[in-house]
This record gives sequence, C-alpha cells and structure tokens, in this order.
Amino acid sequence: MDKIRASLLKKSIATKIERRGKILSLSCLALIILVVFLIFYFVASRGLATFFQNHINLWHFLSGIQWNPGTIGTNGQPAVGALPMIVGSFLITIFSAIVATPFAIGTAVFMTEISPRRGAQILRPVTELLVGIPSVVYGFIGLQVVVPFVRNTFGGSGYGILSGTFVLFVMILPTVTSMSADALNAVPRYYREASLALGATRWQTIYKVVLRAAIPGMLTAIVFGMARAFGEALAVQMVIGNATLLPHNLVSPASTLTSILTMGIGNTVMGSLQNNALWSLAMILLLMSLLFNLIIRYIGRKGKLNHER
Amino acid sequence: MNAKRVDKIATGVLYAIAALVVIILVALLGYILVQGVPEISWHFLTSPALSFEAGGGIGIQLFNSFYLLFLALLISLPISLGAGIYLNEYAGQNTITGLIRTTIEILSSLPSVVVGLFGYLFFVVQFKLGFSILSGAFALTVFNLPILTRSIEEALANISDNQREAGYALGLSRWETVTKIVVPAALPSIITGVVLSAGRIFGEAAALIYTAGQSAPALNFSDWNPFNISSPLSPLRPAETLAVHIWKINSEGIMPDAKAVSAGASAVLIIAVLLFNFLARWLGKRLYKHLTAE
Repeated sequence: MDKIRASLLKKSIATKIERRGKILSLSCLALIILVVFLIFYFVASRGLATFFQNHINLWHFLSGIQWNPGTIGTNGQPAVGALPMIVGSFLITIFSAIVATPFAIGTAVFMTEISPRRGAQILRPVTELLVGIPSVVYGFIGLQVVVPFVRNTFGGSGYGILSGTFVLFVMILPTVTSMSADALNAVPRYYREASLALGATRWQTIYKVVLRAAIPGMLTAIVFGMARAFGEALAVQMVIGNATLLPHNLVSPASTLTSILTMGIGNTVMGSLQNNALWSLAMILLLMSLLFNLIIRYIGRKGKLNHER
Repeated sequence: MNAKRVDKIATGVLYAIAALVVIILVALLGYILVQGVPEISWHFLTSPALSFEAGGGIGIQLFNSFYLLFLALLISLPISLGAGIYLNEYAGQNTITGLIRTTIEILSSLPSVVVGLFGYLFFVVQFKLGFSILSGAFALTVFNLPILTRSIEEALANISDNQREAGYALGLSRWETVTKIVVPAALPSIITGVVLSAGRIFGEAAALIYTAGQSAPALNFSDWNPFNISSPLSPLRPAETLAVHIWKINSEGIMPDAKAVSAGASAVLIIAVLLFNFLARWLGKRLYKHLTAE
C-alpha cells in the first residue's frame, strides 16, 4: 500500500525531465540576457572612467576639436575632443542614407510593382546575396576603386568623407532595398486594386497609395541602414583617411568613431587616459545603436496604429 | 502633362534606377571575381602568408577562419537552441518576454566593433585568454547568438500546433514534445538558419581584430594535439582570419603584393559566402523532402 502511495505522491520521471528541460532552456536565454548586460556594464565602466577618474568635462569631450589624448591641448585641458569623430560618423551616415534611399526605394518599387517576375528572379537573389558580403571586401574595393576615382575626379588624397559615403552607400543599399521591398509587399493587394479601379494609373497608385501605406516599413529600412552605416568599422576605416580633424570638405581626410577605435585600442595602455577616452567613444557608439533601436521601435508602433485605424 | 504621360515617365525612371542598381551590384561582384579568381591557386590556398615579400598565400588564415567558425557554431548553437525553445515554447505573452525580446534585438543591432571591444575587455583581458582562438570564438558567439536565436525561434514558430497537440495527446510532456517532435520538424529551417549565420561569421573581421588577434604564427600541420601551441587545433594560439588578413595587409601596406593577395582573399571570401548561401537553400530543401517524404 505504501509503495503505491509513494509512487503517487512522488514526481514522475516525465515531470522531472520536463522541469530539467525548462530550466535548461531558460538558463540559455538568461545567459544571452546576461551577455547584453555585461557588454553594457563593461563598456560603460571603462567609458565613464574618462569623466569620473580623469575628470574630463563631458562638454569638453563632446565639443572639443583636438584629439590627442595624453597631451595637453591649447586650452590647457587634456586634448580629448571627440567632435571630429562624432561629426565624421554622423556625416557619412546621413550622406550614405541620403544617397542610398532613392536608389533603394526605386529598386524596391520596381521589384514589387513594375516587374515582380524579374524582381523575384534576378533582383531579390542578388540583393540578398550582397547583404552577406563581408565588410572588409567593401573596404578593399573602396580602396582599389573608389579612392583613386575620388582622387582623380575631385582632387585631394581621395581619402575622406566622400569615399566613405560611396562605400557605405553600396554597402547599405542591398539591406535597405530588400527591407523596403518587404514593406511594399506587405501592403495589402486590395489597396492597389481599389486605386486602379478608381481609374488611377500605375504610377498614381504607387505614389499615392502603395508608397504611403508602406512609409513606416520603409522608414524602418532606412533607419536600419543608417544604424549599419554608423556602426561599420573596417570598411570605413580603410577609406576615410583617419585624420582626427574636423572635415572642412568632403575630400579631406577625416575619421569616425569606429575608425579611431579600431586603430587605437591596441596601441594604448589599459587604464590610461588615452585608453579610457577610446572607451568613451565606444560608449557613444553603444548609445547611438540604442537610439537607432528606439527609433525603429517607435516607427513600428506608429505604423501599427496607422493600420489599425 | 496628363496622367498617362507621367505614368510612362515614372516607369522609365524606375526602370533606369533598377538597372543602375543592378549594374552597380553586378559590377561589384564581377570586379571581385575578375580581380581575385586568377590569383587563386592551390599554392595560394595552402601556403602561409609572407609579410615582406611577394608570393605568400592564405593557407593558415583560411584554416583559422574555418576553425573559428566551427568553434563559434559549436558554442552558439546549443545556447541559441535552448533560448529559442524557451522563447517559443515556454515564455508567455507578457511584459517580461517583451523586454527579453527587446534585449536580444539590441544585442543583434550592436555594431560588431563594439562586440569585439567587449570581447577584448572580457575574454582577452579579464579572463586572461589573450589574443586567441578561444577569445575569438567567444566574441563570434556573442555576435551570432541573437541572430541564431531569432532564426531558431522563427523556425519553431512555423511548426503548426497540431504537431504539439498530437504529442500531448500521446501523453508526452512538453519538453519531450519539443525535443522529439517540434525540433525535428523544424530541423530543415534551423539548419538553413545556421548555415546562413555561418556565412556571416565567416566574413566577420571587426569583432575579431582584438580578440583572435592579428597574427598567424606558423602551424605544424602534422601535430594534432590541441595542447601544443603550434598545433592547428590549439585553442590558445592567436589566429588571424581571412577577413582580418585582408584588412591588415591593406591598412599596413608593407606587403609588396598586398593588392593581389587581398583580391584573391576577397574572391575566396565571396565564393565561400556564396557557397554557404546555396548550401543553406539546398540543405533546407533536401532535408525537408527527406523528413516529410514528399
């Protein structure tokens, strides 16, 4: 009798397996979350040291234009002005997005509205393939093709914002195109049918109906491309010239946050001001990627509301 | 101008834009292949790199790339599988799950250079692994986890609930249903996801320059004991990969035939990524046929 009683009250093997499985999979998930927090903690603890240990004024850091950590700048403060890099990063991000957007949206419209068959057969596979091309390859081509081209056409050394913009334009083009095409494909078919039934031409349908309905999706695509451009390191580092000066024109050597980071981290001593200042740059990068994320989420939520209404 | 005319013009412009983009993209691929493929030879693929003279190969870098890829997948696959299972099968639809999804999304949108720097701080410095295969593999794991988790979660979500209900009806527990029914059914798409992420890892450089290091010491390919530092399998040796190699020789510029070597290496990288893409599609289809007997 007791045996039966015990076996009834005891947890079955299946229950135990179930518990174990659930805990196992939960701990995998917890590990990923832990990694994210570790990244933020480590980068922030280093990046904030510039301000709390070395007592650099945050405003001086963000607005200073002399970057030579370890030496004293002309204003008597350590020369850790990050403005040239911040400006460089923002300029190439915005320029490449401005150049890429019309091409990407035009191609996406072509793929989905004008010639869906050719789009599906040629354009889509090609763009999806190009999303996967490693960024160093873009950098190498930039170095071999874009830099000499810029040098011969616009003068200067060829290294600079303009070359960076060209390289990033080609690099984010496939991503933005394929995401925009997804956004256009998600527009319900009856929107188009209704517009055509009212007597609108194909272009009127595209311009007045389809594009407008797909605005949130396409904005997401563009912001996504911008986030990629902002965080891209090696391809940009190879063509931008890496001079920590405020760019006064598009063909003078400049630098971005990522390019200075990749160049500098290995050459500085851990814990020194030179090193901490670089980590502060990394922190800016981290915060910007967070901001891009927030924007994408915001657009997504807005877009959903529009469709529900 | 009437509407029909505008329509014609707009269509023409769209054709032109699409053609231009195709030309750019095809020229890009063509340039790499035309410049690079003639450089590829058995000697180029197998011999070690030379720093100061022409005629070096990419043998060690190629091996390092594959070894790192293998280790990174070995570590990240079980973790993402577990996380994907929890997210799709156990997690409820509530705020906490939403927050977790957001966190994973943030991780996937982090610039790879930040992941590399974290790897440097955490694995190289904190855990004193040095510039090594192991540090590199961990950094790549961090880089790969969110993407793989996402694709596995999607693969599981595409399995219809009928399958799960059938499992429960047979008296299986949830975990048994997942491991014995749902995961095998989702296997084709999981494998497609893994191979696609492998293509991304293979070309990654920014996360590796400060974790796996930028040097490729000579390897003794007759020594397969992982505890010897010159063995190809040693996880504690610095290991420059193919992508890092391209970056390094182009930004240092001391190698006389840097252009030829990087053209060849770029072509190898592209071909590898192409192969991963085709492999992913082919394997997915093949496995689906095999498992569903259709």
